[in-house]
Amino acid sequence: MLSLFLIVVNALNEGFLQTLKLFAVTLLGALPLGLIISFGSMSRFIPLRLLTRGVIWVIRGTPLMLQLIILYYVPGKVMGYSPWGTGEPGRFLAASIAFIINYACYFSEIYRGGIQGVPKGQQEAGMVLGMTGRQIFFKVTLLQMVKRIVPPMSNEIITLVKDTSLARIISFQEVIWAGQAFMKTSHGISGLLWPLFFAGVYYLIFNGVVTLLLGKLEKKLDYFK
Amino acid sequence: MALLEVREMEKRFGSTQVLGGISFSLEEGKALAVIGSSGSGKTTLLRCLNFLETPDRGLIKVKGETLFDADDKASYSEEAIRQKRLHFGLVFQNFNLFPQYTALENVALAGKLREKDKGKWKEIEERGRALLGQMGLSQRTGHYPHELSGGQQQRVAIARALALSPDVLCFDEPTSALDPELTNEVLRVIRSLAQQKTTMIIVTHEMAFARDVADEVIFMDEGAIVEQGPARQVIESPSQERTRQFLSRYQET
Repeated sequence: MLSLFLIVVNALNEGFLQTLKLFAVTLLGALPLGLIISFGSMSRFIPLRLLTRGVIWVIRGTPLMLQLIILYYVPGKVMGYSPWGTGEPGRFLAASIAFIINYACYFSEIYRGGIQGVPKGQQEAGMVLGMTGRQIFFKVTLLQMVKRIVPPMSNEIITLVKDTSLARIISFQEVIWAGQAFMKTSHGISGLLWPLFFAGVYYLIFNGVVTLLLGKLEKKLDYFK
Repeated sequence: MALLEVREMEKRFGSTQVLGGISFSLEEGKALAVIGSSGSGKTTLLRCLNFLETPDRGLIKVKGETLFDADDKASYSEEAIRQKRLHFGLVFQNFNLFPQYTALENVALAGKLREKDKGKWKEIEERGRALLGQMGLSQRTGHYPHELSGGQQQRVAIARALALSPDVLCFDEPTSALDPELTNEVLRVIRSLAQQKTTMIIVTHEMAFARDVADEVIFMDEGAIVEQGPARQVIESPSQERTRQFLSRYQET
């Protein structure tokens, strides 16, 4: 009985490790890429601005699942061979790229709101006091922008934790994939339903931790309005 | 010699002429009030003096030194403008305090950023404390802006502008965002600055205050100076019909 439990937990742990990897890589890639895209969407050079906003429209306007399928399967069908290879590393790479691009577009809109939300008077007050552009950004604007983006960013990050499960559409072996496998047969065990519920517990606990951490950050920035 | 001299300053936004050839001078230790209806160019004038806008034509001189010459503006680097604008201080209508800093930090921040020797930061803070004391805020130095009333915030903003010892302190409708009760505490502070012979330009809608505190008054309309003279004379017996019209609206209310 105990050994059965350990086998399932081990399998789920392995799946959740993949979930975590995809989550971490997406966050690391999309947070800076989103900032770059937000600068593009605010550019005074109109063609760049229109192009960036067009890309954001397409990426946010279509399902992430569709983007995953297209990115993973279409190159292989068109070119005759898959650039992703056949194994799990290729699936992880493809999933990472699709997730980073998708989330960077969402993040960029949050950044844009944060940057444009800081009143222009703040910058002018810094200028009148003889501060450099760099000093104004780092000493005046940045923290106000961070404060503004933490709540919408928290929402997006919690959604990302759950969205990683979409990667199973290209057979990425994350935690739900691992749990569902026991409904049929996995590790010599068949017809188990509870691993699926147990997979949900992983998400609950992890999102609980994420919520606490982001809540702490929000509270830390609560000392000013 | 005049401390500040402005000559033929012009500014347009697109096809709208906002300032059409403004010239005036200001002696050291004098307070100048600028009055006029909204859209008459008063705020733009202050913003030009503080290099938040670049005039299309004209000249700005302080203590005989040419700070700005529209015919020569290509030669001004960002860095040069940054130094030149320190001749002026600006108090905004909406205070624009930095919300993440305490009152004292707001006052001391710019000074500290300019001083590489951290040993001197204590001096800068002491001076900030003294300025806040002068504003009647010695009990509020550790408060964040959102913990202060509008009048207190504006007084912090005045201390912040004074901290860098500008030659000319500019006020852009400093009490327009305040209710009458808080207006008075800010006007009291400006009045005491006038008594200490601080050179000031005050854009205001408080006519009685302009009459009592300012040495000179300029009345602007549609981007031009219509009338200019000793404060009491311009406000109590204006010589121009347009000035009379404008002032009569204040007497009715």
